[in-house]
Amino acid sequence: MISLLLEWRHAKKLALLFLTTFFVLTGFYFMSSKSSLVVAKNSGSEDLMLSTSESSLDKKPASKYADRIQQVTSPKGITAWLVEDHSIPLMALQFAFTGGSTQDPKGREGLANFLTAMLDEGAGNIKSKKFQAMLDEMAIRIDFDASRDAFDGNFQTLTRNRDKALELMYLALNKPRFDKKALERIREQLLAGLKISAKSPSKIASRAWFEAAYGNHPYARPVKGTQKSVSSITSKDLEAYRRKVFARDTLKIGVVGDITADELAVALDKLFGDLPEKSDLVTVPEIAELGGPVRRVINMDNPQSVAQFGHQGIKREDEDFIPAYVLNYILGGGGFSSRLMEEVREKRGLAYSVYSYLYPLDHGAMFIGGVATKNAKLEKSLDVITSELKRLSENGPSEEELKNAKLYLTGSYPLRFDTSSKIASQLLWIQMDDLGIDYIDMRNKKVQDVTLKQIKSVAKRLIRPERLIITIVGNPKSG
Amino acid sequence: MFLTRFHTKTRLALQNVWAELTTKALLSATVLSLILSGTTMISMTNLTNAASQSTKQQSSSRVSQFVLGNGMQVLVIPDHRAPVVTHMVWYHVGAADEPPGKAGVAHFLEHLMFKGTEKIAPAEFSKIIARNGGRDNAFTSQDATVYHQRVASDRLPLVMKLEADRMRNLKLDDKTVRTERDVVLEERRSRTDNSPSAILSEQMMAALYVSHPYGAPVIGWEHEIKALNLKDAMEFYRQFYAPNNAILIVAGDVTRAQVEKLAKATYGKIERMEAVKMQPCPQEAPPAAPRRVILKDKRAGKASFSRLYLVPSYNTARQGEAEAIDLMMKILAGGSTSLMYNDLVVDDKIATSVSGWYESSGRDYGRIGFHALAAGKNSIRDVEKALDKEIAKFIKNGPTQKQLERAKNSYIAEYVYGVDSQSTLARRYGWALVVGQSVKDVEEWPKRLEKVTTKDISRVAAKYLVEKASVTGLLFPVEKTKQARKTTLRKRRKRS
Repeated sequence: MISLLLEWRHAKKLALLFLTTFFVLTGFYFMSSKSSLVVAKNSGSEDLMLSTSESSLDKKPASKYADRIQQVTSPKGITAWLVEDHSIPLMALQFAFTGGSTQDPKGREGLANFLTAMLDEGAGNIKSKKFQAMLDEMAIRIDFDASRDAFDGNFQTLTRNRDKALELMYLALNKPRFDKKALERIREQLLAGLKISAKSPSKIASRAWFEAAYGNHPYARPVKGTQKSVSSITSKDLEAYRRKVFARDTLKIGVVGDITADELAVALDKLFGDLPEKSDLVTVPEIAELGGPVRRVINMDNPQSVAQFGHQGIKREDEDFIPAYVLNYILGGGGFSSRLMEEVREKRGLAYSVYSYLYPLDHGAMFIGGVATKNAKLEKSLDVITSELKRLSENGPSEEELKNAKLYLTGSYPLRFDTSSKIASQLLWIQMDDLGIDYIDMRNKKVQDVTLKQIKSVAKRLIRPERLIITIVGNPKSG
Repeated sequence: MFLTRFHTKTRLALQNVWAELTTKALLSATVLSLILSGTTMISMTNLTNAASQSTKQQSSSRVSQFVLGNGMQVLVIPDHRAPVVTHMVWYHVGAADEPPGKAGVAHFLEHLMFKGTEKIAPAEFSKIIARNGGRDNAFTSQDATVYHQRVASDRLPLVMKLEADRMRNLKLDDKTVRTERDVVLEERRSRTDNSPSAILSEQMMAALYVSHPYGAPVIGWEHEIKALNLKDAMEFYRQFYAPNNAILIVAGDVTRAQVEKLAKATYGKIERMEAVKMQPCPQEAPPAAPRRVILKDKRAGKASFSRLYLVPSYNTARQGEAEAIDLMMKILAGGSTSLMYNDLVVDDKIATSVSGWYESSGRDYGRIGFHALAAGKNSIRDVEKALDKEIAKFIKNGPTQKQLERAKNSYIAEYVYGVDSQSTLARRYGWALVVGQSVKDVEEWPKRLEKVTTKDISRVAAKYLVEKASVTGLLFPVEKTKQARKTTLRKRRKRS
């Protein structure tokens, strides 16, 4: 979802090194786990937050966030959730189709991802160079992202360029050109990226982990594909994917900014009205339980070993999801408030980074974590992590830990609502997870309602160190 | 460049971003955005100006500035759209101020600042913030060390109290220091030692800045980190952490009056420290020869080309030069509509990607950088030749008026996107103020940008894109077999 993409970032580590340091500027630094990214889509009401605090500089009347959300339906029946905000002259629109990389045909892994890069490389009668120039001149932001279960888009424009921007976005979605030159150029870039990733220890660990966890299931297939599969993708493949996945029946949209409901209704038909009514998706089999234990070491001559660990997780719609989410915060999602950080980093200095998160998907779910430690001490790190998992599974968290987790999770909610794009993202993913328009107002209560008894039972059910799937990249044990 | 103390999950998010970065093809060049590299750095420190241009009433009346009795500078940036505040303390001290042989102590101290004061137990600081629904972190750069939190506006008094407490009351013990040193070593391994391109980059910086401390990495050299101890950290702390050596920035759901009252009650109670004397750093002699750094590493995925040039920063450039360099880089290599991208990637197909940026926020110097990957069977040396040709062409012809206008518009429009985030605003001012620039410098940037002419750009191109002021870095995956090497050798002989 976070698709800030630039051609030149494609440029690598040097730039990336600078990049790494700059990601903080976006407020990512403390961005929580993947689980928060998912559950962050379960928003909370700012006003609700204020009412749970003890004192405030300004007491605001408790009003429902849901009242700010307009459900806009276009003449053709396309719906979007809108939060109007005319204080800054821009609009942020995020949308998604169900599908994602699991819709890549066999042998064409990386197709959805390739498509994300091709949609703005020329569309309608406008070829690539001109299209890019227009986006640049008008400061229009269009990006796309493919994950396993979804294909999403992020569209931002200044009010004064909105009409032109809508036109370009319409073309990108409906009439991408897939010109040969652009196609080959992008292919080269994707292949270059794969070559670089093939030497990245964390990416290798992750890839191996998914293969170990999912075997032949589509979730094991790499979202970005392989050298072989990306080399074989054609414009026909891209168009076929687009026709099958870009459809109105799975489309969800969140919009924030300087646009009225009436104006949005018109825009929705403009952008999406020509898409087919029904998508044509391949069914992805359900996976109820991952295998394990599995342990795999991939040797690489690095001073530090990188490990990914995990096992079966919990689906978003499971009634125990919120307690599980709170539990994960305590275990490894809560940064310096988490057990893993405390035991691995703070007490023993074994890692700079150690974390865990919940990763629910449409047809399966995972609990995943990671750590990076010098070769000689990697086993020690894993031992500490495994015993923490055991301890939590057997005894659950303490009353104090539960209380503090609730304080953080409810109190930090409003921090997810302070930019237009972040709010648009919330609106989108609440719909994608089908949580209801009042979720924003309900979420904090759900967190508050988690009892110690409940979370202890979830710990027993969820955390199973004896089933861990672990992939390690490096030279563990060597000095 | 700077390092954060904590990025666990962000590491994850970051990894995803990295992944995206390396594979996705470009997009709207404007997404230079906030997350990215140097170009954005420059843009960032100065976009506020663009803002003030387009939203006149808002920005210039928006920011309040004052100084406390003890010399601490304070900046307030109201934004009432959400009941959230961003609270930051920028210390005028960074890696560049480290004593010789102790590279990494500034960053190490940043880690240790979370390890307890007289009143707060070790590691409790972040836990208190978390219990109050807030997020906190810190980062160290060459020129500054910054501690920041994002909290609901009604928790501002709490964070100010805590931050003021650790400004002078840090309390550490040997064991804590030793453990955290191990953490920093792991951080170095993650960021640098495990990554050939990061290693190359580190060496290039050392080659670019021959005398100036910018040549040493913020995280420090491994052997020097290993030797850091409690005494080193405390000496650095006592020497530099004082209210008259810091800037407080609060952005978000606050008013000047509220912040002033709270600041006086917290930071205001700390005595000014007369002994804080920022020593000027050793300056660079004018570069006299180009440097080349070549790394062959089997852990590298692809051969890559990088180039750095020594240039002034916004803080040290002559009137208008930094703005001209900024625009020059945007036109030359700032995205998919740039000259180099069009020529090298789209038309000639010699490179699969090419990028450029201007790191402009330094106290003493800036740098401009280029990076490229070869396409198809082209060698990285061919890419270098092509890039040098582009530079020569640009120096000769300069940009067109149209290219210049487009670049200006792009930067100015970007500003508006930035105004959407209070954190971004806080940082923009922070980066400028901490090296000694003013609010006015930040806010008048669009005006200065507008003034840049095509001649100005030609002038800075000729002045700064000179070979002897450059460092070229090449990364090679060591994958050639004996046979392949022989073939290359034969080809070379044929040509010469």
